[in-house]
Amino acid sequence: MAMEITQILLSAQSPDGQIRTVAEENLKQFQEQNLPQFLLSLSFELSNDQKPPESRRLAGIILKNSLDAKDSIRKEELTQRWVGMDPSIKVRIKESLLRTLGSSVPEARHTSSQVIAKVASIEIPRREWQELIGHLLNNMTQQEAPAPLKQATLDALGYVCEEVSPQDLEQEQVNAVLTAVVQGMNRTEHSSEVRLAAVRALYNALDFAQTNFDNDMERNFIMKVVCETAVSKELEIRQAAFECLVSIASMYYEILDPYMQTLFTLTANAVRGDEEPVSLQAIEFWSSICDEEIGLQEEYGRADEGSSSVHSHFIEKALPLLVPMLLETLLKQEEDQDQDDGVWNLSMAGGTCLGLVARTVGDAVVPLVMPFVESNITKSDWRSREAATFAFGSILEGPSLEKLAPLVHAGLDFLLNAMKDQVSHVKDTTAWTLGRIFEILHSTSSAYPVITPANLPRIISVLLESIRDAPNVAEKVCGAIYFLAQGYEDSGAISSVLTPFVGDIISALLSTADCADTNNFRLRSSAYETLNEIVRACNMSETSNILTHLLHEIMSRINRTLELQTVSSDDRERQSDLQALLCGVIQVIVQKLSSLDETKFIILQSADQMMFLFLQIFASRSTTVHEEAMLAIGALAYATGPEFAKYMPEFYKYLEMGLQNFEDYQVCSISVGVVGDICRALDEKVLPFCDGIMSQLLKDLSNSMLHRSVKPPIFSCFGDVALAISEHFEKYVPYALPMLQGAAELCAHLDASDEDMLDYGNQLRRGILEAYSGILQGFKNAKAELMIPYASHLLQFTEAVFRDKSRDDGVTKAAVAAMGDLADTLGPNTKVLFKGCTFHIDFLGECLQSDDDQLKETATWTQGMIGRVLVS
Amino acid sequence: MAPHDLRRPFKRPAISDQQRRRELALLRQAQQRSDSHNRARRLASSLLSLPAADQPPSSPEPILEDQPIQIEPASPEPEPEAPEAAPTRDLNAVQASKLKGLEARRWFARQLMLPEWMIDVPPHLDRDWYVFARPAGKRCFVVSSNGTTVSRLRNGSVLHQFPSLLPNGSRRKDLSGPAHSYCILDCIFHEPDQTYYVIDMVCWRGYSLYDCTAEFRFFWLNSKLAETGACNPPAVHHKYRFSVIPIYDCDHTGLQAAYTGTVPYVKDGLLFYNKHAHYQTGNTPLALVWKDVFSSQYFLDTDSTGQVPAQQQVVLELQDDGKLTTSDDPPVVFGCMDGEFLHKSNLRSGNLLRFAVRDESVRLHDGKLEILDLQFVAKSNRSRAFADSYSKVFFQYAARHSPLRIEDLIASIQPNLGDNSKTTDVDMDG
Repeated sequence: MAMEITQILLSAQSPDGQIRTVAEENLKQFQEQNLPQFLLSLSFELSNDQKPPESRRLAGIILKNSLDAKDSIRKEELTQRWVGMDPSIKVRIKESLLRTLGSSVPEARHTSSQVIAKVASIEIPRREWQELIGHLLNNMTQQEAPAPLKQATLDALGYVCEEVSPQDLEQEQVNAVLTAVVQGMNRTEHSSEVRLAAVRALYNALDFAQTNFDNDMERNFIMKVVCETAVSKELEIRQAAFECLVSIASMYYEILDPYMQTLFTLTANAVRGDEEPVSLQAIEFWSSICDEEIGLQEEYGRADEGSSSVHSHFIEKALPLLVPMLLETLLKQEEDQDQDDGVWNLSMAGGTCLGLVARTVGDAVVPLVMPFVESNITKSDWRSREAATFAFGSILEGPSLEKLAPLVHAGLDFLLNAMKDQVSHVKDTTAWTLGRIFEILHSTSSAYPVITPANLPRIISVLLESIRDAPNVAEKVCGAIYFLAQGYEDSGAISSVLTPFVGDIISALLSTADCADTNNFRLRSSAYETLNEIVRACNMSETSNILTHLLHEIMSRINRTLELQTVSSDDRERQSDLQALLCGVIQVIVQKLSSLDETKFIILQSADQMMFLFLQIFASRSTTVHEEAMLAIGALAYATGPEFAKYMPEFYKYLEMGLQNFEDYQVCSISVGVVGDICRALDEKVLPFCDGIMSQLLKDLSNSMLHRSVKPPIFSCFGDVALAISEHFEKYVPYALPMLQGAAELCAHLDASDEDMLDYGNQLRRGILEAYSGILQGFKNAKAELMIPYASHLLQFTEAVFRDKSRDDGVTKAAVAAMGDLADTLGPNTKVLFKGCTFHIDFLGECLQSDDDQLKETATWTQGMIGRVLVS
Repeated sequence: MAPHDLRRPFKRPAISDQQRRRELALLRQAQQRSDSHNRARRLASSLLSLPAADQPPSSPEPILEDQPIQIEPASPEPEPEAPEAAPTRDLNAVQASKLKGLEARRWFARQLMLPEWMIDVPPHLDRDWYVFARPAGKRCFVVSSNGTTVSRLRNGSVLHQFPSLLPNGSRRKDLSGPAHSYCILDCIFHEPDQTYYVIDMVCWRGYSLYDCTAEFRFFWLNSKLAETGACNPPAVHHKYRFSVIPIYDCDHTGLQAAYTGTVPYVKDGLLFYNKHAHYQTGNTPLALVWKDVFSSQYFLDTDSTGQVPAQQQVVLELQDDGKLTTSDDPPVVFGCMDGEFLHKSNLRSGNLLRFAVRDESVRLHDGKLEILDLQFVAKSNRSRAFADSYSKVFFQYAARHSPLRIEDLIASIQPNLGDNSKTTDVDMDG
């Protein structure tokens, strides 16, 4: 029955493109004409030891891809196809897969274990293929079973555990799996290959072991075996065992107490004496404990009274031994680690863990770290200086400001001097530490200011000098300047502290960007992004001339990018990246300058030029540029107001492209936001474009591929359109209102246990309410009667919102306002509705008690509107 | 196993400005959406009965005579005193209190409740009205907010900016309210004793009194103002004294007390407020001013030199079509300018022009005053914001010929006179 497909599979891997295409076409045809036979043939190919490994490998890959896909919609399709297949064929496929586990070819065994897991992921949740686990366990218990079969079987068990969720297996099955896996780890009975497979299977099976971990005896046994395995002779096995310990630390924190002494010794030995892959996992164990304890502390912080979770203070107890162990790792830097940003080594892992320890225990870490810092920071060996600085930088988050401020004060000058160290590593870490100081401790409202008018000039001069250093150092310096500026943001008049330096900082950042233009794109991007923060933080009235200059400079830079020769796709990508950065700067300047009437004219004067540049950029069609230029245009539309109408004929097609770009949902989302900006800027002048905009928005809402986060803003956008074009919104009512009602219905059925979903529910509710508000207000002066049929639905929805326990402030405000809009627009028509329910009284009562004045104001207004209706 | 995803960036510079730009843009859009919704709701105006920034012409509440306020400066030139705070699009009183320059003048010029001149006695004076002696001085709006107090004249220009003990009226830490709460008082600044006499209360600690009756506003004024210490003598944080004035029910005793009683200020006529009336901006017949020679040195209108001219003078606004109108809503037309003259004299619509009125050119027809001939005198003083109202022209005419006397007022509230409305009709023909 099965077709002979070896040759096609080999041809499909031929170096000759023509042969390959024909073969691929053949495979596709076969698949489409008779999927069951196709899959059966593939499984035979995979199981047949007589066949060449190449054809077997491809057969396995195609099988896997026929059962699973990354895309969830495609995956569901594949699942349904498998479920719908003739059971007798599926049985034969599964038999041949299980047979392959005993193959003499390692690759075939391994592939079949993966395919088995894929089939299991479809069938086991449907309560099918229940004999699978029994069959696999049988392989393990048969005395005469060969080691390769056992290894492949353990692989399969592990993958099955990875694919299915714990509730899909019976407890007896879990028990049997764990027993088999733990026995497989037995040193005396099994080869190292089998033991490695067993320990990896255990890693995947830990999730299933809740019941077993609750039982002292079983848990003691599992922990004993894992700890023994962690000191196996074979590196890979030790590493896998430590990975299990890391996972246990996260999953079963609350049962760790009796084992902590042993685990500390085990991990300390590994950190100090084992090979790096094992040491890294040993450090990761402690990082995971920190994660758990930080999580518990946050949970305690939130709850008023004791939470049910146990906090064992492992980090606090281990602190005197743990901190010295971590400090030692900091001295184990690699020579060129500062050149590679993906680097993960002992010193990185140790510093990271130290940072987590600081966040876990706060002040207590400081006296244990500072002696190390003080004794090493002046040593002649660069490793000591770098480690001391890294240690200091790592503990800046967690301890109190009172504790840290004096240390930072005492050390700041030293750090500034260290920016002239001979060794780049030291400068790199020093700049990073300065950035952390500014990020975490610098704020103008702080009781312990780390930056004062006295030390600011020196800080700036050091930073501006060091920004010319090696790219890795310069990039960290950009970060330091970024956070330095951020500390002055929103501080009103005080931000004029920066004013004397703004010109120099901007020039330095621009020339840094220039130097990095061709060889270091990350630095270039850091420089421009830091520029954005400078623009945001500077005092506008004192620096408006500088910002005007900067605006023109950035525009001429954009102009230059348009003149660049772009031959290769790399060239184009580079051009797009640069344009995106430059548009980002423009956006920030536009938003800043247009927020004050006295500086807005600067934007208005250059609006034509900017728009001209943006439109040229749109022609390049890269999505990042698209996004950044869109954001800038939104800000510009707000600044220009109705004047923006003159750009619409040219700009509209790009806006439409943005709204259609559902694959790149950020672009779509930003385009939706820009529609709102344009509606507010143009008012009724947006009317000629509304058919296009509305149909695009409606399509987006119905598009199941579009990221859900874009949908709530689309509803809000309906409101923007309606408010702008008033009664002309009438023709969209038959489309838009059912969408609103459908979405309101959906809100009632969101999974309340999922925090992301709660969040999404709030966004969705707010979007719906804002849509109603805009539409109601838009119809207020004409055609209000169009909304009468929807009044009762809106009021019911508002009541549901009122009763929703997870309602956030934004939703509350939107709901109260929409209720007022309903009364305001429909007037006496709503009298019966408002009389017929009382929730609005409680709701308004709640809002009037609020501390939020805006909310109170809105509630007072709504109360007035409803009051007017009720006495009418 | 790869390092934990969260751990990798530990030592990398943590700037992610793009996400921040997105978030800030979203924040801006959300703020602007909420602004524009509130504008549509005329939230501020409904709460405060103030005109909103851009009221559509089809507004269902045409009570206000106000033009929409022009918010964006007409020219792209920066206004020298442009507001410091962000967009002035959504006007409420708080934000209005931060307006500066031309915009502020335009806005505040429209905010006072302007009494009509009493040309006949309203019915039920004793039952429905209050009376009090108007202090002589400059009528102004006093706004305390954000740690300062600003007084503005009828034309919107600033009279004083000063610290006061009004809520949020100085930079002292105000214990009694949130930092942004504000007050708006309707006052008369009395030069001789440098005191602000408060004649009405419009907003108190952010609570709007626009929609409250005069009865409630006066009650609130009398009970709240003194609490703040604003009536104390001047001090470092309190540059001018505020004072309430005695307000009487307009019965026989009350009217006598207001008319003859001793007050610490120079009187300028009597003000009558209908007890049930809300605070309504612009001209209203529910507040009335009345003067005679005894109660006011400004009984007869003076000209620009402070002299009482031989002939009555009126100030009228020139319209597009050459018509000359009063400040009423709707305006009353008193005459028309000849096109040729207009052309020569370089006058434009909107100009306020002063005319002399010869007695013989005035005619009363059906209780309405008509002027047959206006003699152009000059363009009016630039500081003037409005033309005269019809009631003022009428009152001034009557004042020169057959004034409404205090005796007439007293007579109208004699209980035994029965039907007030008939007997108090004053015959203006004489």
